[in-house]
Amino acid sequence: MSGSWQDYTRRIEELAAAQGLKFHPVDFEAVPDSFMMEIAVYGLPVRMPHWSFGVRYIYQLIQRHMGHSRLFEVVFPGNPGHAYLAESNGLAENILVTAHVLGHADFSRNNLLFRRCQEQVSERIVEHAANHARQISAAIETHGAQRVEQVLDAALALEQHIDVDVPLRRPRYPEYAEDPKALVDDTFRKRFAALEPAAASAAPEARRRAPVPPHSEKDLLWFLAHYSPDMESWERDIFLAVREESFYFYPVFATQIMNEGWASYWHARLLREADFVPQQAYVDAIKCHSDVVRPIAAEQQVALSINPYHLGFVMWEKIVEQDGLAAARAIMEQDDDFAFVRNHLTRELAEELGMFRYSARSDGQIKVLEQDLNALHEAVLAPKYNFGAPIVSAVKVRNDGTLELAHDSAVDGRGLDLERSRKVLDYVQRVWRRPIVLTTVNQAGSTLELTAP
Amino acid sequence: MDEAGGKRGEKPGAAKWYELFSRGARDWLRHDEKIREAVRANLPDIIAGGEVINDGARTVRVPVRMLEHYHFRLRRPEEQQGAGQGKAKPGDVLADPSRDQGPGEKGAGGRDEGEMQLLLEFKVDDIVDWLWEEMQLPNLKARTGPSDDSDWIREGWDRRGARSRLDRRRSFKELVKRRGAPGATPTFTDEDLRFRQLARRKQPAVHAVVFFMLDVSGSMSDRDRKLAKTFFFWVVQGLRREYRSLETVFVAHTTEAWEFSEPDFFQVSGTGGTVASTGLLKVREIMDARYNPGRANIYLFYASDGDNSVSDAAEARGALAGIAADTCFTGYVEVSSGLSRQLATETGKLFAELQSSGCAAGSYALNDFDDVWGAVRHFFTAEAQVPDAAPAPAAPPAQDSP
Repeated sequence: MSGSWQDYTRRIEELAAAQGLKFHPVDFEAVPDSFMMEIAVYGLPVRMPHWSFGVRYIYQLIQRHMGHSRLFEVVFPGNPGHAYLAESNGLAENILVTAHVLGHADFSRNNLLFRRCQEQVSERIVEHAANHARQISAAIETHGAQRVEQVLDAALALEQHIDVDVPLRRPRYPEYAEDPKALVDDTFRKRFAALEPAAASAAPEARRRAPVPPHSEKDLLWFLAHYSPDMESWERDIFLAVREESFYFYPVFATQIMNEGWASYWHARLLREADFVPQQAYVDAIKCHSDVVRPIAAEQQVALSINPYHLGFVMWEKIVEQDGLAAARAIMEQDDDFAFVRNHLTRELAEELGMFRYSARSDGQIKVLEQDLNALHEAVLAPKYNFGAPIVSAVKVRNDGTLELAHDSAVDGRGLDLERSRKVLDYVQRVWRRPIVLTTVNQAGSTLELTAP
Repeated sequence: MDEAGGKRGEKPGAAKWYELFSRGARDWLRHDEKIREAVRANLPDIIAGGEVINDGARTVRVPVRMLEHYHFRLRRPEEQQGAGQGKAKPGDVLADPSRDQGPGEKGAGGRDEGEMQLLLEFKVDDIVDWLWEEMQLPNLKARTGPSDDSDWIREGWDRRGARSRLDRRRSFKELVKRRGAPGATPTFTDEDLRFRQLARRKQPAVHAVVFFMLDVSGSMSDRDRKLAKTFFFWVVQGLRREYRSLETVFVAHTTEAWEFSEPDFFQVSGTGGTVASTGLLKVREIMDARYNPGRANIYLFYASDGDNSVSDAAEARGALAGIAADTCFTGYVEVSSGLSRQLATETGKLFAELQSSGCAAGSYALNDFDDVWGAVRHFFTAEAQVPDAAPAPAAPPAQDSP
């Protein structure tokens, strides 16, 4: 019995539900490879136009021509979820991919970080992003491509600078500072008020305006959108659109190892139990599975990066084997990659996987370092801190409108790349329209100010 | 942009929006456009680099990096730590395999995208077009002048002529006309035949000769010659825009002068002093032997470090005046890698005198590759300002050396 992959979709869904996966319905759609590539480049099926996506597109094209990175599926969480499968997938691949997608759908519905961000952004990010794209096309009509591009240059350059710990739709800062101290209601004051009522009531009226920002603000997209001195409303809308999409991307980014591992674990498990899949398709699918989750390219001895599919897959297998499925589900619901790797990548597992730390000198020499589990955790997680970006926050707006930004070099461990930072300041300056000052540290560790213009 | 269309109600046969339109390609085109804009904005810098000139070819290669959309990033540390997997023990030193990224990476923010260089090829004609637009140089006007350049052109018909010029169509028409009359013979007669005629016509001179004269005396360094070469290259490009045929003559001199072919010209290096008059006399000689000033537009560009021997002044002045009378324009670039002496040299003075006597001449001090475009602009603006017909004493173009 053979047929198209759609015939199997429903049966795999039933099987997954019987295994305890809880997911929103998923729309499957087979699309041409060219479109798959665009989805991967843009991160969303329809997204705002910007030349930087063109750069990624070229790289992706080249990668594909060199035979690297084949895309089987892209899935977008939501209710319903959207899954795009490559038209070039064979039957076996599609069966595997369907199971994989259901793993993702289970994850994104139940993982706390995903849930929180989806509550903020809504469960229809695909439609929202398409709306943003339409809104930006309209802005291009009205204000011209060049002006819109300028705003997008700035907004997309700051796309990682959001604060997922505050709500997506947050109120402006309070206008006035809170009274430094509520007046102590002691007898002296009572008597004083009785003596001269006018003086007593005048005191609380002298409210102080709160400084902007009242505390250092790392949600730069939001801050610029609301406190830029001369920003026009359509420009603000673009900033907020980019920010909303960043809120959507954050959980995808911060749970990649868990999420891909979870989906890989489930496609393997569902496939094992799917007795309705023909023998040949099963064998092909397993072959495809082992290609996806292999840690090291076939012709190489070592890999200098970690394949998240492989790492996550092995970790989940271990957890389910040791603690049972219920415990695994609880971890899946509560953790993100930081907790997941730190708590569950054990010494034995790291050794079993042959994981190591290395240091690469700028002259190209790469040396394997001694084993240290905590340091290994940090090496795996290092690219993930703060959405993968340095911590830059707005600290003050001076009276002349100059914006002061500060880089937290103490936490990040070193200063910013100066040339790039200057370019980013140039982008941002065009929407802030007043001078900008950024403080960071130089190589020697002493404070350094970058200014634009 | 509407995406709601393709989702649920799938109509067989209806093309999906994403099959009709590629956003990736659109944004890619925008990227390329930005690169071209950037290249255009920096053209003077790019043409200044002598390296880009591709000998003989009509293109200029400009290496460009892919544009980067900048994000805040940490400074690259001297030692970068990472995590890897495979058969490796602590202390092992690994080779640097190409750093592959994990498969199926979803786009969340711009990660390291590596380095890639594109080699964009620009047509020299395009660049010259851009430059002319950018700098708003008045286009040169081809001098048609008193020319006896003539050519045969077709003009009219006759009843007699060589068989090869028989115009069949015309002749047949005549036959048809005549047959209309009563009692005519139905076949061709001699009366019917028409032959095309030729006439001599004077053509305006669309022909130009450029003399490049280079001082190769001991004091001219390699760099000086290269500066001169870059400058000469763009002069040729500028003039080629205007003239259908452009001939170049290369003359080098020290205390003697020789004519060279183009490839050899820039390789020549001599020793000894500088006697400009020898070069000028050589130019005169070639001019008289091969070109008629009435037929061709003649240009002379001279590059030297200006150290002409003092005793040569009178002779050089005479030779220069004679040449200037017959050329459309005479230009002098002073290449000196040292301190700019701003044309206060022997040769500089000669040209200043020439210019103040009302001849179409100009000079420019070329100290650095950055000045090349300034020089090109200087000469072509000056050239275009020179009055067309008589060399009336026009206000000498202001020297705007940097």
